[in-house]
Amino acid sequence: MNNIIVYLEIEEGVVADVSLELLTKARSLATKLKCKLEALAIGSQLDGIGAQVFQYGVDKLYLADDVRLYPYTSMPHTSVLVNLFKEEKPQIALMGATSIGRDLGPRVSSALFSGLTADCTALEIGDHEDKKEGKSYTDLLYQIRPAFGGNIVATIINPECRPQMATVREGVMKKEIFDANYKGEVVNLEVAKYVSDSDFVVSVIERHMEKSKSNLKSSPIIVAGGYGMGSKENFKLLEELASVLGGEVGASRAAVDAGFAEHDMQIGQTGVTVRPKLYIACGISGQIQHIAGMQESSIIIAINNDENAPINAISDYVITANVEDVVPKMIKYYKQNSK
Amino acid sequence: MSLKIVVLAKQVPDTRNVGKDAMKADGTVNRAALPAIYNPEDLNALEQALRLKDRFEGSTVTIVTMGPGRAAEIIRESLYRGADNGYLLTDRAFAGSDTLATSYALSCAIKNLPEVDVIVCGRQAIDGDTAQVGPQVAEKLGLPQITYAEEILDVKDGKITVKRRLERGVEVVEGKLPILITVNGSAPDCRPRHAKLVMKYHHAKTVTERQEQNDDYMFMFDKRPYLNITEWSVNDIQTDINWLGLKGSPTKVKAIENVVFQAKESKRLAGKDSEIDELMKELIANHTIG
Repeated sequence: MNNIIVYLEIEEGVVADVSLELLTKARSLATKLKCKLEALAIGSQLDGIGAQVFQYGVDKLYLADDVRLYPYTSMPHTSVLVNLFKEEKPQIALMGATSIGRDLGPRVSSALFSGLTADCTALEIGDHEDKKEGKSYTDLLYQIRPAFGGNIVATIINPECRPQMATVREGVMKKEIFDANYKGEVVNLEVAKYVSDSDFVVSVIERHMEKSKSNLKSSPIIVAGGYGMGSKENFKLLEELASVLGGEVGASRAAVDAGFAEHDMQIGQTGVTVRPKLYIACGISGQIQHIAGMQESSIIIAINNDENAPINAISDYVITANVEDVVPKMIKYYKQNSK
Repeated sequence: MSLKIVVLAKQVPDTRNVGKDAMKADGTVNRAALPAIYNPEDLNALEQALRLKDRFEGSTVTIVTMGPGRAAEIIRESLYRGADNGYLLTDRAFAGSDTLATSYALSCAIKNLPEVDVIVCGRQAIDGDTAQVGPQVAEKLGLPQITYAEEILDVKDGKITVKRRLERGVEVVEGKLPILITVNGSAPDCRPRHAKLVMKYHHAKTVTERQEQNDDYMFMFDKRPYLNITEWSVNDIQTDINWLGLKGSPTKVKAIENVVFQAKESKRLAGKDSEIDELMKELIANHTIG
């Protein structure tokens, strides 16, 4: 009772990275709260899930195994969560801010009347005092996220309603094995008790899933372009630099929205979070959502015309000049010096 | 076959064009400094609705929006593009709503409409990016949902077929009507305003707007009922007041901070050849690149 539950996202029998990252975070939250960490897998042929997740410190693994539960559809998965949450009354429920988590989370929160915060960039435990009502709360989940175009960072709490629900993007939390020999308990849920036949009103007719084309997450060097690049053509310059340095090209949301770059290249709160050795930000002003996705890079170089661009504050090198002038020079001098 | 289609649309501050005066000195948002626009993905949703209307004769497109009085602009903008009518949900009781309280109010408004086959809305609004209201409304109405839609492919025998664009792929799914669909920004852009419709609906107004601007066109509203944009307050829809506004919002904002970065000591360069040469040497020497 009153534990933390993480919803596991599963594609072809493999637990998604984002779920493992959440388990890592949830493990440390559970230790702090002195409660158990539980995981919930819904799908078909789930025998291999335990071996993948127990090492992240899972105390209890719920399996809802039924051929009709894979691939994911909204209502059956919602029913499992809602009914299980009513029985178990978890204090916290976490899921990935993916196409699935963002479809499922709001539905569950609506059914349970519990608050849900989307795309958190940090989760912490803390207290709260409501002076107006004269109430105080201990050990709440602080759900921290940039808001309003990234000009502010908001800490959201759900004082009264349980579970406290949050979604987190892939790559925001770090995935770390807790104990390779950790063993938890497996609980097989009787699916018919949780899901009714009338939940199966949407069916998947066709499905094409592809592995992400972009290797941004694992690349040690990233050259990223922003709205200041001005055009899709100018991104070619960045591709050239990236290929010379052996890195990948990323983009800010503004550049993606403007059509300069593909959606899967987006770095930031609503895109990929990266931690490369070297991050070269070209024509990026540095809104908080972008910075949230790259601030842990070891070395940051900002190339920008604006000497007051926010990104300069977190950069190791600030080059105040035109990207079109500087990037060719970088290519030239890299080639000269690397021999 | 004709369809009764509802589009949920939202007027949002244009967070993509945040100027320097967007934040007040106390760290709160200066809404007045931001232009109010039609939430971009709601326009994609409107286009999907209008395409259904084009295909299935006799179909109607009804806009439902919640917001302050000026959000009537969203309804006019929709009428100019081909929507049939609209409802503005406006009341102080809705102020301070989080996504859950918002979806509750919207679901009550939809229940107040005679019948609905398809509800479409944008996947998310740019002022919050939560993508929660669509699924939450569906749940409150007990309807199935199809999120991340890129194209409504067909409606036949009480079933709708939809192509979904997901982060890592594409799905074609089929669902039973009535249903709620959220539409992605990757879906086709909304058609432009139609000149004839702009002429027809230019003077469409809510009751409040009419009271505020008593102009020469007042005589028209009785003769041309389509110029009346219906305004609903909390008393016009059946709601439980405990589920509305701040009271009905389980999430609370504990703190808002202006973003302050841990400033690094940065080296400032002007981009001269000698500087870039040095920089590349340095990065190679410390094995950052190489």
